[in-house]
Amino acid sequence: MGPERIRLSGITKAFGALKANDHVDLTLHAGEIHALLGENGAGKSTLMKILYGLLRPDSGEIRINGRRVSLPSPQAARAQGIGMVFQHFSLFEDFTALENIAIPLEGRIADAGLRAQVEAKARHFGLAIELDRPVHTLSAGERQRIEILRALMQEPQVIILDEPTSVLTPDEAEALFATLDTLASEGAGILFISHKLEEVRRLCSRATILRGGKVVAETDPRAVSAAELAALMVGEGVLELRPAGEHALGAPMLQLDGLSVAPDGVHGVALQAIHLTVQAGEVVAIAGVAGNGQSELYAALSGEGGRVTSGQVRMAGQDVTRRDINARRALGAAFVPEARLGQATLPQGPLSENVILSWHATESLGRWLLDTVRIGTVARNVIERFDVRTPSPDPLAAQLSGGNLQKYVVGREIERKPQLMIVDQPSWGVDARAATHIRQTLLDLAAKGAAVLVISQDLDEAMAMADRLAVMHGGHLSAARPVSALSRAEIGLLMTQGESPARGAA
Amino acid sequence: MSFNLALVPRREISLFRQVLTPVIALVVALLIGGLIVWLMGRSPAKAFDVFLREPLTDPWALQEVLLKSTPLMLISIGLIFCFRANRWNIGAEGQFLLGGIFGGGVAIATHGLSGPWILPLMMLAGVAGGMLYAAIPAALRNRFGISEILTSLMLVYVAELLLDYLVRGPWRDPKGFNFPQSVPFTDAAQLQPLFEGGRLHSGFVLALLAVIVAILVFKRSLFGFAVKASGEAPRAANFAGFNEKRITLVVFLISGGLAGLAGIIEVSGQVGQLRPGFGQGLGFTAIIVAFLGRLSPFGAMLSSLVIAVLLIGAESAQVSLKLPFDLTRFFMGLLLIAVLAGESLNRYRLEFRKEPA
Ligand SMILES: Nc1ncnc2c1ncn2[C@@H]1O[C@H](COP(=O)(O)OP(=O)(O)OP(=O)(O)O)[C@@H](O)[C@H]1O
Ligand SMILES: [Mg+2]
Repeated sequence: MGPERIRLSGITKAFGALKANDHVDLTLHAGEIHALLGENGAGKSTLMKILYGLLRPDSGEIRINGRRVSLPSPQAARAQGIGMVFQHFSLFEDFTALENIAIPLEGRIADAGLRAQVEAKARHFGLAIELDRPVHTLSAGERQRIEILRALMQEPQVIILDEPTSVLTPDEAEALFATLDTLASEGAGILFISHKLEEVRRLCSRATILRGGKVVAETDPRAVSAAELAALMVGEGVLELRPAGEHALGAPMLQLDGLSVAPDGVHGVALQAIHLTVQAGEVVAIAGVAGNGQSELYAALSGEGGRVTSGQVRMAGQDVTRRDINARRALGAAFVPEARLGQATLPQGPLSENVILSWHATESLGRWLLDTVRIGTVARNVIERFDVRTPSPDPLAAQLSGGNLQKYVVGREIERKPQLMIVDQPSWGVDARAATHIRQTLLDLAAKGAAVLVISQDLDEAMAMADRLAVMHGGHLSAARPVSALSRAEIGLLMTQGESPARGAA
Repeated sequence: MSFNLALVPRREISLFRQVLTPVIALVVALLIGGLIVWLMGRSPAKAFDVFLREPLTDPWALQEVLLKSTPLMLISIGLIFCFRANRWNIGAEGQFLLGGIFGGGVAIATHGLSGPWILPLMMLAGVAGGMLYAAIPAALRNRFGISEILTSLMLVYVAELLLDYLVRGPWRDPKGFNFPQSVPFTDAAQLQPLFEGGRLHSGFVLALLAVIVAILVFKRSLFGFAVKASGEAPRAANFAGFNEKRITLVVFLISGGLAGLAGIIEVSGQVGQLRPGFGQGLGFTAIIVAFLGRLSPFGAMLSSLVIAVLLIGAESAQVSLKLPFDLTRFFMGLLLIAVLAGESLNRYRLEFRKEPA
């Protein structure tokens, strides 16, 4: 192990009555990849924001390379050689990748000199990026690579990655791990936050585990099993997914007939004549590598966007191709979009107000004046039933930890008792227990007769939940087939090569 | 070696700081204003007296303050709808003029008639005029994606010229010695004082009503929520199915309607006839008012009163101290800068940096 890079001792941070960090100690050495684990809301992001100068600790000390420092701002942290990749992307949508990389580099602009440097760095770490594309045209994986490259440009000695893999495909994640291995071997210390314990065990040599803001253990993750790690995080065993019992399937709730959609932006993917049926009572999953048309599909399904060029979307038997999202909700549909902050929720609105976003179309929330009592009750029910950990009774959406916000959003939609539930990435950044909880709720919803469509990049999740599974590739959707009849190898092939025409679509 | 100044975000803002900021901003603006008055060779103490103490203590002047605040309140309340939704209606002045023209048109057409229906009809016509005029930039934005900032601003000049044309042409008072002005309105077309011997009319009550309704709309209504959502997080508003174009149109109609109402109230309650320049730039001043009030209806009510005090104070300062009226404009700008700077320094702190050149 190399020399000590970071030593945090006795870090405490309270938000009102809630202690997000409670006397946390942590050390990081050069060349080490150190995992920071804990359930949603355990205080991982808070601790890392303190180390990156975004939050001021109430007490405790930070030592970098043995010297005690105070970090009043991210600039100060960067000057000390600390870089961070955030849980929620922090890129400017209208700027190009190169411009985004230039922004935090004080005194630099996106010129040829910078481009050469960035390209060299990208090559060295095997990060493929098209530097001139505006960020809003990029997939999550590509955005992630910009964030990482941006952090790397400052030659950091310590890099913090807050749930970097939750939006990555397996291949992208592998590539990231290779990058991190290279970095560590060159002497950087890496702090890595993830809810995917298998990858933690594959990558990290040490792990600090937080629970309720306190350090509860420090172990070598390779020396214990994933189940043991999970137990340390949540205090007890993780739930097992209970398959829904036998139940009859009902009428088709969602039908796509030859749906073609124009690409979303210059570098989007056009959807080509998609056929899919989801019946009441079943769970259908759409697997596939991100950026193969999933966002266009979601937008066309929800009616939030997606320019349909031909074909039809039918919900509960009715043609809704040209109807808006609320008309679709009125037919019993509910939607969980990919971005929980800023799309599924109003960041600066309290959770109670955020109920209105999806409820106002179908529920009576008061005629002239909003029925704040009812809205508050709904929010409280969601918080309670979905075990959303909140810092105060009715916090702003932006004050929730990432996983807890996801639980809230899914819960809010399920509380509407939908007949058709369409979920884009159900368990993004959600801890193992909560992920199981969300998946279980969706299975139960199907068992009670709703049609459920899950778009997921997480193949394990897709396979664990779905009755039938289809794969998206290059804007084409393979025929949905029973999961029991599919092997991982087959799915992998579909994900990388699409459906061979010989096999044909059903 | 070069120095530069950087704004570094503060991570936490204390409540104390938030409360104190507007107060300090006001004090700083007063000090700078006093300094300028002193440099112009007048007594700052006297100016303070004329600008602030008199309008607030003399009952007659106090009425004038409330009268002056009426259009400011109405227009700024409307503007808050636009600004909260992140739509930029800079043309309230034009909508104000059109309200006066439409309502005044009714008064001119019914000249010589009497009846209690005339005033309400004028008010409705004023609202309609402002709405129609505000619908133009909204429609251009919705249909062609043209920036509403430019179109709404440009239409102010069109409105001024239209007013000019009307009072010099078709609507000129034949007995008006060729002055560019319409016939004086009859009593049936003028807002009457609320109490005997006073000047304050029911327009002020309408303005207070608008404040209360706006407070309710933003605190408790679905529409208010949709406006906020659309301004703060357009993607979330889209997820909620709030139609972006409809919101654009509606917030422009509301703010145009209120500006138009303010216009006819000014014409009918203060001026008593149509003549060029009755706008007095109130539609632009209301933008400052809306921001001074931090885009909250209650704040806009308070800042309407503050600005009205300054405007009335300025009128008497012109007479008693021979201070130019533009000094007030300057002082309003100063106040806005002080408040905005205070807000920024609340959220950011200044940092000096040394850098090797
Ligand atoms: N700005 C804030 N104001 C109030 N409470 C906050 C704020 N930021 C975080 N919290 C609270 O502090 C706790 C810890 O949050 P944090 O984001 O550190 O969790 P986390 O471990 O990163 O969780 P996740 O895995 O879900 O991302 C949570 O209960 C959260 O609601
Ligand atoms: Mg987090």
